[in-house]
Amino acid sequence: MADYYSSFDPKGSRWFLQRLTAAFLVVVLAFHFMLLHFVNHAADVTFMQTHLRMQQPGYFLTMVAFLVTATFHGVNGVYNALVNQGLDGTPKTVVKYGLILASVLLIAQGIRVAMAMAGIIIGPAA
Amino acid sequence: MSQSYDRGLVEDFGRWREFSAGMWAWIFHKFTGWVLIGYLFTHIAVLSTATIGEAAYTNTISGLESLLVVRFLEVGLLAVAVFHILNGLRLLFVDLGVGLEAQDRSFYASLVLTGAIVVASVPTFLAGAI
Repeated sequence: MADYYSSFDPKGSRWFLQRLTAAFLVVVLAFHFMLLHFVNHAADVTFMQTHLRMQQPGYFLTMVAFLVTATFHGVNGVYNALVNQGLDGTPKTVVKYGLILASVLLIAQGIRVAMAMAGIIIGPAA
Repeated sequence: MSQSYDRGLVEDFGRWREFSAGMWAWIFHKFTGWVLIGYLFTHIAVLSTATIGEAAYTNTISGLESLLVVRFLEVGLLAVAVFHILNGLRLLFVDLGVGLEAQDRSFYASLVLTGAIVVASVPTFLAGAI
């Protein structure tokens, strides 16, 4: 099976960005799983441990980049899968802007959470 | 080299006996992708307890981790993530035109490696819950 085919237009920017984010995510997702399930066990995670990790600028920026690229890669993948299934016309436009809105909200909330974890903003007392 | 390929609708699942390795790879990659984006939204929702307070965050995570079903779901998430990573690497190589003749074998290798990593990880994920 030497044929080459893809859900994407190989010359499109969405295709290129999907591959670019994939290359980044392969590394960061594996790192994330290793760190939070094997080096540190998820069951033992406390706010203080998370806070100490997120206080490191490199870790904080990596996690924010992880959030942004994962959101783009996932939502772009969903959109392309739906287009590949025949989504067209007005539903396509509605889905497109719905997914963009969901992405913006997810990234905004994710950054808000990251800042709270890093202690950049202080939430109400527990 | 590039060409469009009419896969038909996935809903026509009665055709599954006719599926090639590439078709299964495509279906598994879409399925694991849907699970991962769904999990991303759920993950941020759970982590949002950090905006309420330290105790809310720590108690939510320890409460969830005390449930055996959550540990099994985490094993499932690992399986989904590992396959998506390995098959994603395979797709990156295919896009670069590398190993086109080994697409079927690299898909089978992705499955076997995913299974091996997941089985080897089960004790780590279930530690303290059983």
